[in-house]
Amino acid sequence: MEIDRIDGRTRNQLRPLACSRNVLNRAHGSASWSQGDTKVLAAVYGPKAGTKKNENPEKACIEVIWKAKTGQSAILKNFLMDLGKLEKEYEMILKRTLQSICILTVNPNTTTTIIVQVVHDDGALLPCAINAACAAFVDAGIPLKHLAGNKTYGCLQFIPLFKECFLTNALVCAVAICCGLVESGYVILDPTKLEEQKMKAFTYLVFPNSVLSVLPEGSLQEEGEPVEHGIITSVTQGAMGVDDYFHCLERGRATCEKMSAFLRRSLQPQTPK
Amino acid sequence: MVSQLQAQDGVEGIGYPNSSGDLSSEMEVDAFRRLFPLRFFERHLSESIRPDGRPLGRARDTTLALGAVASANGSALVKIGLTTMLAAIKMEVMTPLKESPDEGCIAVEFHMPPICSPLVRPGRPAEVAPVVSKQFSGMIDLKDLSLVSGKAAWMAYLDIYCLDADGSLFDAALLSAVAAFSHLQIPVVSMNDEGRVIVVSEENDGGGDAVNKEKRKLRLCRTPISLTCILHKNYILADPTAEEESIMETLVTVVLDSSDQLVSLYKPGGPALAHTSSVQDCIALTRQRVKEVQTIFDETISGMEVD
Repeated sequence: MEIDRIDGRTRNQLRPLACSRNVLNRAHGSASWSQGDTKVLAAVYGPKAGTKKNENPEKACIEVIWKAKTGQSAILKNFLMDLGKLEKEYEMILKRTLQSICILTVNPNTTTTIIVQVVHDDGALLPCAINAACAAFVDAGIPLKHLAGNKTYGCLQFIPLFKECFLTNALVCAVAICCGLVESGYVILDPTKLEEQKMKAFTYLVFPNSVLSVLPEGSLQEEGEPVEHGIITSVTQGAMGVDDYFHCLERGRATCEKMSAFLRRSLQPQTPK
Repeated sequence: MVSQLQAQDGVEGIGYPNSSGDLSSEMEVDAFRRLFPLRFFERHLSESIRPDGRPLGRARDTTLALGAVASANGSALVKIGLTTMLAAIKMEVMTPLKESPDEGCIAVEFHMPPICSPLVRPGRPAEVAPVVSKQFSGMIDLKDLSLVSGKAAWMAYLDIYCLDADGSLFDAALLSAVAAFSHLQIPVVSMNDEGRVIVVSEENDGGGDAVNKEKRKLRLCRTPISLTCILHKNYILADPTAEEESIMETLVTVVLDSSDQLVSLYKPGGPALAHTSSVQDCIALTRQRVKEVQTIFDETISGMEVD
């Protein structure tokens, strides 16, 4: 049971996390996020005036540009399911996820662009990218849901003027995790690329960040479950039993609590001005 | 079909446009539907009915026609309500990849021509296609598509055309693809003297022996069936129409196969969060749907055999 993974981790152990924000000078917000050898860099530009065609002008629009690491010798098993398609799908999932955590009515008729650059892919790429994107959004001061319970962030819409102020009050958004199901039926977290290839099935899950509330009633409840247990995004690959999925869900939630604590710590304002 | 609620509103609205009372009772139903779509739907949902007369958990009528395209090796036309999908498979002989000498290939292409909807959004086609093709990754053993190891294998081009996009596109696309695969007849091929694989036409028996006399049908390892649900407040709406999808934006697609394995649980964001209970409800609805679709399948196939 103890050491059954190639890199010596236990099943529930994540790879070392690292997050730094404000890494790019010209971007309005940027962050890099790495889980072991998987590393993603995200930059946010905007909000700029106007939305793209076919988007609702009454809401803010989010544009996601996914940049794969070039020169990758990834010959997929099915070679026609080319990388371009996969990127498009990731772009779409990332966009929908970000749309659901951003408060879109704050800046109507604007477009915010986020560029996600894959630096290295060693498994669990999409969760890593989602975490990087969230960190970059926080860095840019874009108002997000599922933030700290301090209800004053309504007055902080005039970003990025209030950027630092915003950061102190309201922290973070969503956390993503990859759970893999190995042939023998147990769940491992945060698999590497090698483990991903051997796996029977895996699922990417995104949960809201756990809410720090100053309200007397404690954490917010919805349908008898805390908000941070609700799934924002779920993507699975490969067949698994229904029970296995719920098992993954449970593990994912437990881990996300820890990850959001990490995110909270690493996104504290670095230099008070 | 017009629900009770709507009919009442209509009579009131058109007949007596008096100025007193709620705004909704003095307006024509169609106008109310356009101006306050969410309120319109919520009023229906609170009565456990949908504007098209369905209960919340019921999928629309589904029909299946196999062999809709004569020139293809396998094809199917699927209608779920008004959503129409046409899937066709064309088989071609190719040289297999060096990495996998005894495996064939499946290329899935999902098309949304402008005929299908007034708002063919450029982002939309790309979003369904890779997801559909991913569902096939375990459905067919690619080794079954091999002809001569290292020399020849089948390349299956699966093209899915959306003719009418009225919601739940993924469900219809997947169903049409599964149906097309079950209808697929692999052409007989033989090896000629130069060692090249040629398709044997029915009239002239091109010489040499057929390589694949027995393997005319593809064996499906599993039959994935999907159901898309909308999550809105406490309601779960199965098999939404395009109108419902545009108003209530949280979609969850569950794919189960015939042996009750979860092939995919797909929720790309959306304003509502999926809690354990709602995920369980969605899976339960999908189980029901799998049974429904299987009976439709069986009926269609037995109908084909009679002909």
